[in-house]
Order: sequence, then structure tokens, then C-alpha cells
Amino acid sequence: MSALVPPQGVWWKQPLDRVEGTWIVIAFVWCLIMFFMMPYWHVFGKQNLSNEAYRTTPEMFQAKTQAMVDKFKVREETDLKIPVVAPPPGSDVYIIARLWSWWPMVELQEGKTYRLHLASMDWLHGFSLQPENINIQVHPGYEHVLTVTPTRAGTYSIICNEYCGINHHTMASRLYVVKAK
Amino acid sequence: MMAVNRLFRTCPSTGLVYHEAAEKLIRWNAVAGVVSLLVGGILALLVTLTRWPAVHLLPADWFYLVLTAHGLDMLVFWIIFFEIAVLYFAAAVLLKCRLATPRIAWVAFWLMILGAIINNVAVFRGDSSVMFTSYAPMGAHPAFYLGLILFAVGALVACFVFFGTLVIAKSERTYTGSVPLVTFGAVTAAIIAVFTIASGAIILIPTFLWSLGLVAHIDSLMYRTVWWAFGHSSQQINVAAHVSVWYAIAGVVFGAKPMSEKVSRTAFFLYICFLQLASAHHLLADPGLTSNWKIFNTSYAMYLAVLASMVHGLTVPGAIEVAQREKGYNRGLFEWLRKAPWSHPSFSAMFLSLIGFGFLGGISGVMMGTEQLNLIIHNTIYVPGHFHATVVIGTTLAFMGLTYFLIPTLFRREMMFPGMAKWQPYVFGLGMMSFSLFMMGAGTLGVPRRHWDMTFAGNALGYEFPGTAYLMMGIMGISGIAAIIGGIMYLLITVGSVFLGKKIATPDFKYVAAKDGVAPKPAPQPAFGASGHGASIGMAGFVAPGTFVLALVFLTSFILYYFVNWKYLSTVWPLS
Amino acid sequence: MNTAQDHSEDVTEEPIPAMQQILDNPFLLLFIGIAMPTVLYIVWGVMEIVGIPVAK
Repeated sequence: MSALVPPQGVWWKQPLDRVEGTWIVIAFVWCLIMFFMMPYWHVFGKQNLSNEAYRTTPEMFQAKTQAMVDKFKVREETDLKIPVVAPPPGSDVYIIARLWSWWPMVELQEGKTYRLHLASMDWLHGFSLQPENINIQVHPGYEHVLTVTPTRAGTYSIICNEYCGINHHTMASRLYVVKAK
Repeated sequence: MMAVNRLFRTCPSTGLVYHEAAEKLIRWNAVAGVVSLLVGGILALLVTLTRWPAVHLLPADWFYLVLTAHGLDMLVFWIIFFEIAVLYFAAAVLLKCRLATPRIAWVAFWLMILGAIINNVAVFRGDSSVMFTSYAPMGAHPAFYLGLILFAVGALVACFVFFGTLVIAKSERTYTGSVPLVTFGAVTAAIIAVFTIASGAIILIPTFLWSLGLVAHIDSLMYRTVWWAFGHSSQQINVAAHVSVWYAIAGVVFGAKPMSEKVSRTAFFLYICFLQLASAHHLLADPGLTSNWKIFNTSYAMYLAVLASMVHGLTVPGAIEVAQREKGYNRGLFEWLRKAPWSHPSFSAMFLSLIGFGFLGGISGVMMGTEQLNLIIHNTIYVPGHFHATVVIGTTLAFMGLTYFLIPTLFRREMMFPGMAKWQPYVFGLGMMSFSLFMMGAGTLGVPRRHWDMTFAGNALGYEFPGTAYLMMGIMGISGIAAIIGGIMYLLITVGSVFLGKKIATPDFKYVAAKDGVAPKPAPQPAFGASGHGASIGMAGFVAPGTFVLALVFLTSFILYYFVNWKYLSTVWPLS
Repeated sequence: MNTAQDHSEDVTEEPIPAMQQILDNPFLLLFIGIAMPTVLYIVWGVMEIVGIPVAK
């Protein structure tokens, strides 16, 4: 029962077993590879979460979103008349998360790059783009700015994957990607 | 001066020495843990039956309520009560020492009980369905936070009773040399617990005041950052505790010696330094924290704590292999493993815990904790898939294995239903492995966690998940039921044995109240010779070649799965 | 008290290496285990959050 009894004297200088020594070296090399994969991907990879974020207020973010809707609305959808906006490539696109909807819907062009701004009006929400499976936390009071390039045309869903109260599971919206004009 | 209770009992079958006051506290803490497990288990059944799409049992409000209570009863109350029992065991019993201040330890225990009850009542009232994480600005009833704070204060006091016991053992010289490895692992767990509880206090006390209207605003990002220093670290206590339990069971069942005290203790030291940084795993998809902070913290400073886990994952089975080979099971790579006591529930529970924790929990944890890979995993049901592998297979199953050892020696009862006990770790462990695996599978298809209705019934904008996702959620449901049957078996065996099992008498033990006289402290223990492995075992200069091969199998799966995930990420929309 | 007698058993030929002494000292370990995550995770993280610029 040796792990249960106190070791005596100097155990620090006990020589290392070959099994342990070899494994520690292999495991450490693997740990270093995994560590350096992250900075490597920042330089050479294309999928990195933006570090750009600002402190904001619901009113300020609402105003910016409303200005975008007024300028680029192309149609309305569903009984709730949710606006669909199609901002030009390269522009700023705002999506509001609130209890329990995403507002407005956006239509982006395939292969073009946009600056997507996300913020919540109330509690925490989870931006989950399906079936792409991109998942980002959305905070109240913080505006997160992501540069995003949709690569495939189609109709995507945005669902909420951060629990936000009793109607959390009803919080869903669409995101359209159309062929570039 | 107060009379000091130095009443000790020696267990006739294991030779362990129990301090009377410590023994009672260990029992009560373990029992409180198992009661929490019972409540949490009933809730687990309800959660599983709701997320199994074909059953979809509960209405939404009940689902969110039950899920909140399930998280708290399992992740906090079951595990921490049991861990306090493990801490007292590792200090008082293994060091053959009296427990420091049993009265204060009882105050700690009742504070924890009170906190657990207040918190559960708050949740079951129905106005605190805020999940285990209770992310501000979503608010719960003040009693919700108050219950957690009281529980945490109790647990903190218990940690200091543990540290106090170490001081007494040293000053009363109940042992010589260094503390046993299992106790050292418990020290690691207690240190992480102190950091955990302090972080919990930093965030939960202001949140409690906010719920009373005394504080105006709680920042959501600040809350998540500090809360996870509590929420994630609390699960790191488990890692340190269940690794210690692995070493303990290897020692109890096989008489296995640690391959090297230096390596195993250094690995625990890496836990002490770096394990808690992994709280950042939860913030990789959040705005405002830079990639520098995320990469450094999420990787436990260059994966040094992962290195430590990989070391423990080798040294525990390695020690078993050496012990088995020394007993004569020295043929081939795996005779030692084939001839292991697979029907001994302590061993099978420990071994399944080790395999499940490593292959499922460990690998998936590193995936989620990689800054960029987190984007395709964050808040999907992959996350609970991961932590059911770590906390349920890793911790709970290891604790179950330890219980089978404790029933005769601590509770002094013969185990009831020994036939069922042989099967229990397999039903529970394999059920849980399948449960975790299919949860992770559904998560890679984007199924969200903490979500009542993945069909989005009646929602014009709902998303239609692929059929495979439903299939996986169905298999998850069936596997969950299997695991719950395993849990019921455990509860039947433990509750039956503890209350109805045949009593085991301790020869020459007479209870003496502390005021009637104080027993002398036990004699110092004889020194054990330094361990040296015989040169005649093993192959090619490796004393544990079978374990080494298993470790390489693990590493290969790890590397393959790691790069499969990067490949998958590279097909996702470019983001920067 | 018979502590004097106990001490006589503790004679070791070799001095205990520094690293073993550190690992044998639970309160030093407690300090390290709290200081490391407090500085690297909490303090660094909170400083970054406080430093987030205000949106224009």
C-alpha cells in the first residue's frame, strides 16, 4: 500500500524509470506542439476569433443597428415583419441579440468580407450559426466585431446556444448567403 | 485546556488507523454526498428523458428548473461532500493522526448542509432556474446565492481543518518522512479548493448583494471571468482528488508502489501551479479578452497540467503493471492486465475511470480548450459530453470504487449484493462512456446544450438538425438510462450495506469519551524501505512495457483526433 | 512530553534536496497554488476587461 504510506528519506534523487522518462519526453513534445498550434493558426490559419471589442450600451447599439436597417432593408419576413438587410460587401453589419430573438436578418454575398457586430440588449446569448457550427458568446454591454467571409451560398440558421430563460429554445433566426452580384 | 480526543481504532482487515472523531465526520460527509447523488440522479433521469427527442418528457419550465438543480447537486454538493470525506481520510487516517478541531469540522459540515438545502429550496421554488452558472445579469432569488455562499464557507473551513490536521500530524510526529502520495494528492485538491472557494466568494457575494438590490450592476464579462475561476476550478479539485483515489485503489488492490514519488509528486505540483488557469476554457468565444490571455491560460501555460495528467495516466497503470509482474504475471505485454481482478469493483471502477477520463474526457477537453477549435464546439452539447466524461466517469466512478473499499473498513459493514457490485462499475461506466460519446457527436453537428427543444416545434425560423443528430441524441438517451441503472445499483449497494449490512466488529475497541481519559498518541510508524524495482521484470529495459504501449495508443488517438478537428475547422467560414 | 526521544529517530544521512522540501511544505504550496492563478488568470483577465475601449 505504498501510495498510502509515507516515503522515507530522500526520494527526490531516486533515478527515473525508463518508461516514465521516455513518456515524459514524448508527452512534453506533444504539449509544445499543441501550444504552438494556436499562435501558428493566428498567422497561417483563416479561422480566428477577433480580439476587437468595445464597451457599449443597448441604446447605442440599437441606434447603429437601426441606421443600418433604414439604409439597407430589402424586404420583411414572417408575421413579425422582421427586416432583412443586405449591406454592401465590406460594410458593417449589426445583429442584436435579445430575449428571445435575433434582429434583423441579414443577407450577405458569397466570398465577400463583412464586419459583423454582435451585442446583446439584455442577458447573455449564444450566437450559433448552423449548419456551419460557428459559436460565439454575446454579451450585454460589449460590442464584438468579427470579420467574416461566407464561403457558400445558402440559407443558414442562427440559434441561441446560451441559456437565456424560459423561451431560450425559441430564439432562432436566419442568415442568407447569396451568390455575389 | 480542552481535553483532546485521541480515541483510535485499528481496522482489523486493512490495518488503517481511524481517529474516532475523524471517522464519524468522514462517514457523515460521505453520506451527505451520496444523498446529493441520489437527488441529482433522479434529476439526471428527468433531464435525459427530456433531451431524448423521442421522449421529451418535461415541459420547458420544469426542464430548466431540473437541469439547474441537477448541475448543482452533482457538480457541487455530491462531489464536494465526498471530497471533504476524502480530505479527512487522507489526513487523519493515512497519517494516523487525530483530526484538528472536530467541533469546527462539524460546524463546517452543518454549514454545508444548510447551504445545500437553502440552495435547493431556492431552485425548487421555481424562481431560480438560472443553471449551475447563474450568469448575471440573469438573476436568481437571493437565497440561491446565499445557499452557495454558506456551502462554500463550510467547505473552506473544512479545507483548513484538513491543513490543520497536517500540522498536528507533523508536530505530534505521527509519521516520519513525507506525507503519503495519496495525501499529497489530497493537499493538491485542497489547495485548488481554497482558490476555487475564494474566487466563488469574490463573485457570488457581490451577486448576492445585487440580487438584494444593494449593488447596482454586475458586469456580464467580469462575472463570467471570475465565476469560471470558481466553476471550472471546482472541477479541477475533482481531478486532483480522483487521481489520488486512483493511486489509493492501486495501492489497496495490488499493493502497487508509485513508480517514482518524484515524478508523481512533480505532476501534482504542476496541477497546483497551472491546472486552475484552464478556467479560461469557458471564455475562448467571449469578446474583449485578448488572444494572449486566452492562449496562455487555456493551455495551462503550455499544457503543463495536461503533461501532468498524461504522467498520472501512465504511472497509475504502470505501478499496477509493476506490482502484477512482481507477483509473477510477467509474460508478454498484457498478462498483468488480463490477470487483473476484473470482478473486484474497486479495481474495475478505477480502471474504467482512468480509461474514460483519459480517452474521452481528457482528449475532448484539450479540443475544446484550443482557442480556435472552441469556435466549433462552444456551448454545443459537446461540452456536457466532455464533462460527463471527466466528472462522471473520471471522478464519480473513482469515488464509487473507493466506496467499495470504505464500506468494510470505514462503515464496518459487510457489503450487500456483492454479485451486483461486480457488475455495477461496468453498467455505470460503459453506459456513461456511450452517453458522453454520443453527446459529443451531436455537439459536432451543432446541437446546443441547455436547450429544451432541438426541433424548434412551431417556430417558423427554426433550424432543422440532420437526422444523425436525432439518432445520436436518441442513443445518448438510451445510454443515459443504462448509466442511471448503474447509479441505482450503486445506491442500493451502498445504502443497503451502510444501514443493513452485517456489522464487522473491531477487536479490543472500547469507546471512551474524551472527558474520561485521553489515550496516548499512537506510536510512530516504522520506516519503509526505499522502493526499488526488481531488474527481472518487464521487457527491453522497460518495467511496464504494456502500460507504455497503452500510452502510445492513447497518444496516437489524441494526435489523430486533434488534427481531424483542425481539418474540420479549416473548412469553416474564414473569420478574423 | 517525550519529544526529545522522538527527534533522535529523525537522523538522515543525506540532506533533503530543496525541491523535496518545497513539495513537503503544504503552506508554501498553498501560497503558490493561489498566487499563480490569481495573477495569471484573474488579475490579468480583469485588467484586460477594464481596458476594453468604449465604442464610438
